[in-house]
This record gives sequence, C-alpha cells and structure tokens, in this order.
Amino acid sequence: MTIEELEQIAESVRLENARYDYEVHVCMDLACASQGAEKLRDDLVKAAEASGKKVLVRRTGCMGPCSSGPLVRVDPEETLYAHVNAKHAEAIVSSLGGKPVPELQCDLNDHFDKQVRVVLENAGHIDPEKIDEYIACEGYKALMIALVEMTPNGVLHRITESRLRGRGGGGYPTGLKWSTVAKASGDQKYVVCNGDEGDPGAFMDRSVMEGDPHRVIEGMAIAAYAVGANKGFIYVRAEYPVAVARLTTAIREARRRGLLGNNIGGTTFNFDVEIRLGAGAFVCGEETALLASIEGRRGTPRTRPPYPAVSGLWGKPTLLNNVETYANIAPIIRKGGKWFADMGSERSKGTKVFALTGKITNTGLVEVPMGIKLREIIEVIGGGVPGGHTFKAVQTGGPSGGCIPAELLDVGVSYDALMAMGSIMGSGGMIVMDDTSCMVNVARFFIEFCMTESCGKCIPCRAGTAQMHTLLTRICDGTATMDDLELLEDLCSTVREASLCGLGQTAPNPVLSTLKYFRNEYVEHIVNKRCPAGVCAIKSQVEVLA
Amino acid sequence: MPAFTPPPLPSDDKRWKIVNGTMRKNGFARHALIETLHTVQSSFGYLDEDAIRFVARSLRVPLSQAYGVVTFYHYFSLKPPGKHTVTVCAGTACYIKGADQLIAAAEERLGIAQGHTTKDGNISLMTARCVGACSRAPVVLCDGEVAGEASVEQMLEQLERWTVE
Repeated sequence: MTIEELEQIAESVRLENARYDYEVHVCMDLACASQGAEKLRDDLVKAAEASGKKVLVRRTGCMGPCSSGPLVRVDPEETLYAHVNAKHAEAIVSSLGGKPVPELQCDLNDHFDKQVRVVLENAGHIDPEKIDEYIACEGYKALMIALVEMTPNGVLHRITESRLRGRGGGGYPTGLKWSTVAKASGDQKYVVCNGDEGDPGAFMDRSVMEGDPHRVIEGMAIAAYAVGANKGFIYVRAEYPVAVARLTTAIREARRRGLLGNNIGGTTFNFDVEIRLGAGAFVCGEETALLASIEGRRGTPRTRPPYPAVSGLWGKPTLLNNVETYANIAPIIRKGGKWFADMGSERSKGTKVFALTGKITNTGLVEVPMGIKLREIIEVIGGGVPGGHTFKAVQTGGPSGGCIPAELLDVGVSYDALMAMGSIMGSGGMIVMDDTSCMVNVARFFIEFCMTESCGKCIPCRAGTAQMHTLLTRICDGTATMDDLELLEDLCSTVREASLCGLGQTAPNPVLSTLKYFRNEYVEHIVNKRCPAGVCAIKSQVEVLA
Repeated sequence: MPAFTPPPLPSDDKRWKIVNGTMRKNGFARHALIETLHTVQSSFGYLDEDAIRFVARSLRVPLSQAYGVVTFYHYFSLKPPGKHTVTVCAGTACYIKGADQLIAAAEERLGIAQGHTTKDGNISLMTARCVGACSRAPVVLCDGEVAGEASVEQMLEQLERWTVE
C-alpha cells in the first residue's frame, strides 16, 4: 500500500458514491439502535429500491444528539431528521429532490454551531465496517506520510509540537510519554490502547471505537512507528460487544489491505494489533492494573516507578494511551502540530469529546474546543435543564471527579481549571444534575462505586472507602452527627494521601467537591434531619431509638 | 522436561472444543486465561468448578490463581443464569434518572435481591456498571436488548410476560 494506492481506493469510493443522487445516513449507534434504527434502515433501503431513485442508504456511527434519535441525515442537502421511525421511511425517500419532510426536521443549529469536530469528524459520515470509506476520508494517509516521509523522531516532534495531552483524564503530555518509550532500551516494545472506559456515565470511547474504529488503529500504528513497537493490544470492556465486533472487523480489513502486518507501506515497519477483553473491573483503567489484566492476571495495580514506559507488558517498554488520544493522532500528522496547538486554551490544546447526560435537554456526544465555558456546553449545546427545574451541578470525571456548581459555570474547560475547581477532566463524562438531585446521595453513590471497585490491595482504599460509605449512609438517613462529618473529612485526606493508585487517591473527590460547594446540604441532613432535595429517606427518631 | 500435554476435554460436549480452540489459538499461553474464561462463559453461560479446573490445568495456571481471576472480575459468574435476564444499568446517568427505583421495583416483583435468580430458574435480576447508553438513561436490558428511558411499568410488563410464558 502506498499513498497513490490509497488515493486510488478513495477515488473509486468517490466514483461509486457519485452514482447516487442522494445519500441517506442512518445513525446506528446504541442509543438510536435501541429505538429501532435497524428496522428503519431496512425500510429505507426497501423504499429507496421501490422509488427507483438513486439513493444510497448508509449506516453510520453516532451523529451526536442522541436524545433526538433515531437520527437520519440526508446529503447533499445535509437535512437532519429527528425521532425518525420505520413508518417515516417512505416519506423521507419520496421527499428526496423536493421539500424536506417538515414534521421530522429538527433545529439543532445551536447544538452544532459551537462544536468543532476532530475526533468525531467521520462519525456519522462513514460506514464503520467499510475500510474503503475511511480511506476515502483521508484514512491511513497519516500513517503512510509518517512511514514514508517522516522519521520516528519527526513523528515524536510533531506530536510534542501539538501539545496534545492524554485524553484518559490525567492529561499527561502525549509527546513526552511517547519520547520516554522511544528512548527506553529493548528490542521488544508494545503499544496499548485503553478502551476500558470504566467511568459509569461516559460513552465517548465506545462511540469512537464503534463509529470510527480505523482511526484508533491508525493512531496506534503511528505510535508504534514512533516508539519502535511492533505489537499492539486494544483492551476493550466486555460490556461493549459492538465495539469489539467493529474493531475485530476493522483489524481484519486493515490486514487485508496491508495496513497491518509485515512491511506496511512497502517499508520495513511491521505492526499488528490484538484485542483483549476486559471483564468488568473499574480499577483496570489504571495503567499497571490494565497491563496485569492483559497478562491474564487479577487487575491489581502495582507501585510506580518503574512506569510502563520503561517496564510494562511482560516487563517490556509499553506505551499506553486512551482511545481518544489515539483518535487525535492521524489529523495531527496530516495537518501539523501547529494546527492542533492553535485550538484550545493556553495549556489544554485541541478539542475534547464529552458525553453529555443526566438532566439536560440534548443528551449525547459533543466535541468542543478546549477552553469553552461550561455554561456554553450546558445551556447552548445541551439546551439547558428541562422540565422547569433549575441547574444544580455538573459532574465531570466520574468517580474520580467532582461536582461543579452553577456559580462556576463561566470557567473555561481545561485540565487545570477543572482540577482547580476540585474536579478533573476525566475521560469526558459530563452529568448534569438539577434541584431534584441530593448531593450527599450522589457522593454516596460514587463512594459506593469506589468501595465495590476497590481491588483490595492497599488498606487506605479498601477500608477507607468502606468507612466513608458507612459515614455517608449515616448522613443520608439522618443518623449522623457533626463529629461524623469531621471524621469523614479526615478520612478523605487519609485515603487521598495514602492509597496506592489513582482509584483510591481520587475516590474522595466527589465527597470533597460536594462538601466544598454544597456543605449546607450535609449540615441540613445532620442537624435538621432533612434532605433538601427530598431524595434521602430520613429515619424518624423512633426508628433510630429502636 | 517432558513435553506438556493438555488434559483431555471434560466431556464430549461440543462446547469444550470451542474453549479448547481459544486456548490453542493462544498457544496455551498463561496470559490467555481471561480470554479462555470469556469463551467458557459465552459458551456455557457461567463458569463452574469443572470448567475452571480444566482451563487452569490446560494453561498450567495454579487453580487458586484461576479462581482468583474468576472472582476478581465482575463479568464472570459462578452461577448459571436464569432462562431470562433483566439487567438494570446502575451507571451514574441512570442513577440520576432513577435506576434505584427500577431495581427496587424488580426486586419486589421477583422477590429476589439483585444478582440472584428466581427459585424456578426463570428470571435473573442483574445490575450493570454502565452499558454506555447513558444518553437514554435510565436503561434496562431485557435478555440483552437495550431499552432506553425505561419506566417501572414497562419493565414490570416485560417481567410479567416472562412469568406467564
């Protein structure tokens, strides 16, 4: 495979597409599929055949605004239809060439206008099971450019220049991580993709793996070239069967096209990828635990150093990045590091994908430039809180993150700003809560999660989260005292300081951030035996005495 | 050292051949343990002692270590599932939108706690950490089929249909 051959494939896809007058795209991501998108596509195909018009019906990955699903987009007009079901198929096909179907049209301009699509540029446009469609969108061109025109050092330089930071949540500079692995000595090195997405309430990585799987593989291959690895593993949650299937197909197709395997692009570069299934352990998002799991062992973390960059899988230097980080690589190689660094804020460059969920009108997947105000994401892109309720907090970073209150919504989104507010960027879950959510209850939910997911290796996390859960339960049912609150704060700092890995170190964040911004709710539960949101079942005095 | 010969298949059940296939594909390497356990669970529905012993011996992993892996990961089950399975997603977005009410309603209707199967072996009630359909929370999976914006009534109706079958 050469750049010219890629161009030929792209040309043949364009010629094939040109045979059709209209392209009807059906979103088949989980949210739309759960509402009958499969049948809708079948009926669109039938209606198209019956009409005699030249219509190409294409299934795609996530288009974004899931709450308006099932979604259909008609090109070249770019008409977006919302809440479509199978019985609308004929109306859509017969409208082609005339006026759009008015009752299905949706106005989501505000939702889309503020977004910038880099990672999601192909999602919603290509069929994720067809490698040629990815190639037609400049797919694998970056890999060929890297292999043929650039040295591994040149690739490292470009990634460093882009100032991309790890999208798994920690925000470690990607270029620095790659350089460390590249410098590590050893003839066997690995690249690993973390697709474990354990944050409950986030699905960005699932959508990327399902909607544009080749982009992840291409990013990994470029990384392997840069650091000198010849073998890669994608670690995917077993709870994501569609992602596993799409990646399996993508790997097979890439091998068939000679984009994985030996002598890629006619060079001496060899690289292949294998999928490893997770088995439901949140701690496996931690890098050393993930590597233990790939080796077939219990996913318990170990002390660092040595870092995986020096001693990772089977003791070999290993590069580990998140799905979204790899998804950013190909465009950086194609368009240059400076192009990427021009987007975003001072210290957080590029874009970030967020899964916007909870009490918000437009739930779904959004991609925004770093530095955008939280308020714009929630009120403009998300359409605000529905049902006449008022916004209370937005939770970012999952169980390792925190709750950000209304008065801080004008802060721009960046790694540093979120951390200063007591939360973290995390992998991109963004859950909106309104006045019907009790913040103490939410904190207890996350601590319960961390307690269950604690691997048990270190005591501060294993015992600390359990004690924190007991105290929070007491506060929730109105049996706690102010001394308990003090003890809880004390425990938070112990667990944070003394835990072995990120799970324990960040587990107190949901408690600390709610204590910081919503302390009155805690006090109200303890002193006045009242849950302001009306969520917690406060025990009566009689029950307590009994 | 004599060459290692993998143990014979536990029975002539064809599913063991699928399990063996996974191990062979990985050259009977120890790191294939989790992959193989996944194959056992997808073929048999759960992992019983015979299966764990067979896999451990085939991959030359101590039985204690294999059992340790099985019990470490939530995805692996040591109990056979019911004929039907209702799974309530308990991720954050679902929780904010009332997943606990769905779980409570299912527990009351079936008379079992989450993670258990009705005595007649008909319905298992499970919770999931997150299935990634957060934008349509709360989510219930009925025999793997995702239903978004689930209501207690809808879920109970489905349980009723399974009960009268």
